Amino acid sequence: MANNIIEIKDVTKEYDGKTVVRNESISIKHGEFVTLLGPSGCGKTTTLRMIAGFEKPTSGRIYFDGEDITDLPPHKRPVNTVFQKYALFPHLNVFNNIAFGLKLKTIPDGTTYTDKKGRTFDNMRKYTKAEIAEKVNHALKMVDLEDYGHRDVNSLSGGQQQRVAIARAIVNEPKLLLLDEPLGALDLKMRKDMQIELMDMHKRLGITFVYVTHDQEEALTMSDTIVVMRDGEVQQIGTPRKIYDEPANAFVADFIGESNIVSGIMIDDYKCSFIGTEFECVDKGFKPNEPVDIIVRPEDIYITKGKNAEKGQLTATVTSCVFKGDHYDILCDANGNELQIVENTECNVGEEIGIFIPKEEIHIMHKSRIINEYETEMQEDGVVKMCEADFKTQSTLPAGTKVKVSVPFNKIDVTDDEADGTVGADVVSSIYKGSYYQVILRTDYDYDFFVDTEDEWLKGDRVGINIKPEDIIVEAL
Amino acid sequence: MKEKLKKFRFTRKAFAYPYMLFLLIFVVTPLVLILANAFIYDGKFSFKNFAIFFTEKSSLVVLGNSILVGLLTTIICIVVGYPAAYFLARYSASKIFVLLFILPMWVNFLIRTLATKAIFVSLNVPLGMGTVVFGMVYNYLPFMILPLHTVLSSIDKNYIEAAEDLGADRFQVFTKTILPLSLPGILSGITMVFIPTISTFAISQLLSDSTVFLFGDSIQMKFDQGLYGVGSVMSLVMIIIVLISNFVLNRFSKTNTVSGGRTLW
Repeated sequence: MANNIIEIKDVTKEYDGKTVVRNESISIKHGEFVTLLGPSGCGKTTTLRMIAGFEKPTSGRIYFDGEDITDLPPHKRPVNTVFQKYALFPHLNVFNNIAFGLKLKTIPDGTTYTDKKGRTFDNMRKYTKAEIAEKVNHALKMVDLEDYGHRDVNSLSGGQQQRVAIARAIVNEPKLLLLDEPLGALDLKMRKDMQIELMDMHKRLGITFVYVTHDQEEALTMSDTIVVMRDGEVQQIGTPRKIYDEPANAFVADFIGESNIVSGIMIDDYKCSFIGTEFECVDKGFKPNEPVDIIVRPEDIYITKGKNAEKGQLTATVTSCVFKGDHYDILCDANGNELQIVENTECNVGEEIGIFIPKEEIHIMHKSRIINEYETEMQEDGVVKMCEADFKTQSTLPAGTKVKVSVPFNKIDVTDDEADGTVGADVVSSIYKGSYYQVILRTDYDYDFFVDTEDEWLKGDRVGINIKPEDIIVEAL
Repeated sequence: MKEKLKKFRFTRKAFAYPYMLFLLIFVVTPLVLILANAFIYDGKFSFKNFAIFFTEKSSLVVLGNSILVGLLTTIICIVVGYPAAYFLARYSASKIFVLLFILPMWVNFLIRTLATKAIFVSLNVPLGMGTVVFGMVYNYLPFMILPLHTVLSSIDKNYIEAAEDLGADRFQVFTKTILPLSLPGILSGITMVFIPTISTFAISQLLSDSTVFLFGDSIQMKFDQGLYGVGSVMSLVMIIIVLISNFVLNRFSKTNTVSGGRTLW
């Protein structure tokens, strides 16, 4: 605890009954560069705003250096923020923008006074003009804008405004600097430069950085620790290396870098089977024959060509080969599964290649769900209610019986038009699993249907769900 | 024939002609007439009108009074209007409130003023300077609130959060960000209130039973008495005051171009 500058404990944040952050617990060590990473709407910015004090958690506490700051207003927190849109004050020039915080600050002047009860306090004073000027000029120097003090902030380029925003925050010497997608508005080249500068600054200043981004590459490049978030929940916390090499689940694997995600079976300890082939692996502790998700990074697949093709663990047919400058991006068909491979040698479309995957590179994960389950009550005539919609089944159980309804992933029909389905839902996730897409459909009643389908559905689309009566398995509870 | 057709081509510019004509007849011509009248005394060119105005102590007092009433009205409008506009913008929960503030503007100001007078009379409030200023504030308050409301509701919440983040408490957030950022609104409000109040005449006549005499009133009286020359001189003085205050306010807002030099009104 003493080692942690920020401790977020079981924090939940709701807006109008909608949960944006759920049971979040994160610890941030002194001097760390921590990145909150996730797609938009995952709760990363809300988390940052709760640390800054702009939002109050609905439940849970936030500690700063062991002290509860959950109810402290932003201006009393020893934290400064670099805002996404910079938020430089348009009525002040560069110098006065940076001096803004310093002019408000009071510091002990070295003398003390004792009140009637015998308590001793420091006498406080404001910074003098000369001190402010010195600090501001020093900050300007840090961000390479030495001669820009008198400039109007609106006359600066995006990158320069960004630097002013950073200078305005660090000049206050905060213990913790929060950065909310600070490079989002910059072009690629500038972004790369600023990434390096920020990392450099982090090293020189020795203060803790909490950085929010949706750019996984940025996160991998800059951070000591990455917190991957999705739908308001922390998916994984770890070093960039660990998150890349050992993603905790299919979402993390899909979000961080390119990856092949396929369904497989854990036959036994150290032995798994996928794309119709048995592989050795380094994982154990799964149930025998447990269905699992298997993740292999494209650069971890090795290929053999020509006569040696047969020597691979399995063979595949190349379906596409694209030159990417420093490598070739190869797509191939292996027993009906699509695999992506990064290779240095060119392949021809239609060519047979041998595939070899080292056992350390096969990452095995529990499936978050293997069948859709829903607990409900029987209605008349074998109808069950799921998400307030009536589904016909072949069950003959009497009305009022409590039942568990199960529907396999691949037995759900998705319709383009919500009106064609029994119940409407939003596509919240779509992950390609080699030969099919695993789509998560969220109904308005907060239930997620997992669907395996050959069609690609776009995230955010509104669709309808149909299930054939014979595909609904009903069990009395 | 062909050339003629070309000459009379109906371009978009043509739509502006009717109003141009209107401007010419009802704005430019009267201005020229006033200018000419000011220099005509007894049918001859002369500076006598100016001499009469600037030596007549009573008309200078009236001018001073008018400026005083204008300043007073403007200050009261800012003091009353700013908090109103601030809360309207901050808690923009109901558009009905905004509507309530604008609603009086849709009633003819003479009717409003007469109604105000009737209320004062029935309450036995003595008519005089106080009631005149009240009438002015009542009539011009919406012109202060509207530009302020526009500016205040367009202030990016990010600035407020940035100020809080940098250590400003609520009061400092207001004085260091909201107030300076709303300066353009204050300036437009002043323009919209001060300039019309110094030239108004009906409000002062009605709400003081003609005991309070403002500059607008005395110009009107001079013309009523057939003293076109002196009346014109006074009008010129009025115009010059308007131009000066406009110039000063513009200068002021130019040095404070906030939110990309956006102009209001």
